[in-house]
Amino acid sequence: MMTKMVLILALIGALLIVANVAAAETRLRCASTTSTENSGLFKYLLPIFEKKTGIHVDVVAVGTGAAIEIGKRGDADVVFVHAKEQELKAVEEGYFVNRHDVMYNDFVIIGPASDPAKISGMKSAPEAFGKIAAAGGPFVSRGDKSGTNTKELAIWKAAGIDPKGQKWYLEAGQGMEKTQRVANEKKAYTLTDRGTWLATKDKDKLEMVIVLEKDPVLFNQYGVMAVNPEKHKQVKYHEAMQFVDWLISPEGQQAIAGFKDARGNQLFIPNAK
Amino acid sequence: MTEFFLFLSQINPGELWGIVWLSLWVSGAGLLLATALALPLAALLALKRFPGRDAVVNILHTFMGLPPVVLGLLLYLLLSRAGPLGVLGLLYTPTAMILAQTILALPIVAALAHSAIVNVDPVVRQAAVTLGATARQQAFTVIREARYGIVSGIMAGFGRANAELGAVLIVGGNIAGYTRVMTTSIALETDKGNFELGIVLGLILLALSLLVNLALRRLQKRGQSAGAELSSWA
Repeated sequence: MMTKMVLILALIGALLIVANVAAAETRLRCASTTSTENSGLFKYLLPIFEKKTGIHVDVVAVGTGAAIEIGKRGDADVVFVHAKEQELKAVEEGYFVNRHDVMYNDFVIIGPASDPAKISGMKSAPEAFGKIAAAGGPFVSRGDKSGTNTKELAIWKAAGIDPKGQKWYLEAGQGMEKTQRVANEKKAYTLTDRGTWLATKDKDKLEMVIVLEKDPVLFNQYGVMAVNPEKHKQVKYHEAMQFVDWLISPEGQQAIAGFKDARGNQLFIPNAK
Repeated sequence: MTEFFLFLSQINPGELWGIVWLSLWVSGAGLLLATALALPLAALLALKRFPGRDAVVNILHTFMGLPPVVLGLLLYLLLSRAGPLGVLGLLYTPTAMILAQTILALPIVAALAHSAIVNVDPVVRQAAVTLGATARQQAFTVIREARYGIVSGIMAGFGRANAELGAVLIVGGNIAGYTRVMTTSIALETDKGNFELGIVLGLILLALSLLVNLALRRLQKRGQSAGAELSSWA
């Protein structure tokens, strides 16, 4: 019985080693956000890149805060997120190199169709937030340090309001789609990205409308950056840079522009310089 | 029923098969490793007297309730490139997920196997002694007698591993085609709002669990008849 167990253990050990060796082809690990993964962008984009370069990209899709942290710890080779200020700060701290703008979409403020705080027709997002606060919301926040949450907090700051702890301010601590559903249930306002909104408003039967859009403050820039190989020697810097260079090349930019959701909406607009 | 197949057709069969296979591999290998470690531990705790034995049993029972997400976070910090075991490069691999499953299933299998062995009628051991069995033979006789309860422990361990989400999500990363398993797929589809697809995947997971349990049940019944034989021999 003991020998059998030792044999089983040895066999499992051998299988694990074989499995790991087999997985050691050219794989690049990209920490990114749920919005890029859930929209289907990666599913569309990565096979094109793999066909051209033979590099298989593994995507770990988490919130922007976690994605940057994973990159900082050297657990990914490249990071593709949307919180430009945080990205630039991390580059300045020496964790990342070669950050580039890749594409953008925009945020919109959505709310109940009845629009109780009377936001419709307003032009400024901070002023609209002020009105929501004055009307007693409710407002549902992602509350998860994601790119969307970061943007939302910046708008509150611009409005001169600290919403935390207010009884009309609900922190969902969930992804964008779930947060939208919470807002729908609570007849509340929330900030969302247009991609998620377009992709899910019919499917989730949201009884909500866009109450404010196109304020330049609501611009949502996506950027890509390679983990600094001087911080983490094991990162695949060469492959990471192939990915970065391809994304900002005319070919990669065209591929991004060509990505449409199931209803034919273009979700991301390429803008690499 | 037709709806079931309609939703199923939304998934690429190759992709689905890969996810199902990885789920079975990760929870199966984790369970095997856990069992291989848990059974000797359970036997030791049940049959030998040594200082600190009760403490170990208490620790096992406590770890039965270890929240997977906490274990996932601990393993993440250990296996991260910036962590103490970072050089192994195990983070975001199926191996890391197997490691998590092993740690989660081990206390369950060990604690339940321990109670099964402890509950064996002392007469069995005495009978073996009368028949001139060595200490080692006595131990195996008792363990064999406890087989039914031990297999129940293994089943519970499989349940834990198979249903587990928090730890494998963190240490596996839910990478498509590499570390995506049934539970992480279901979480992802729920995030995407594909509730029906999530439910369908859940039903497939349950069906898998049924198959594995049927197989373990066969083993358990064999254990029962082996026990019967043994008593007639004794």
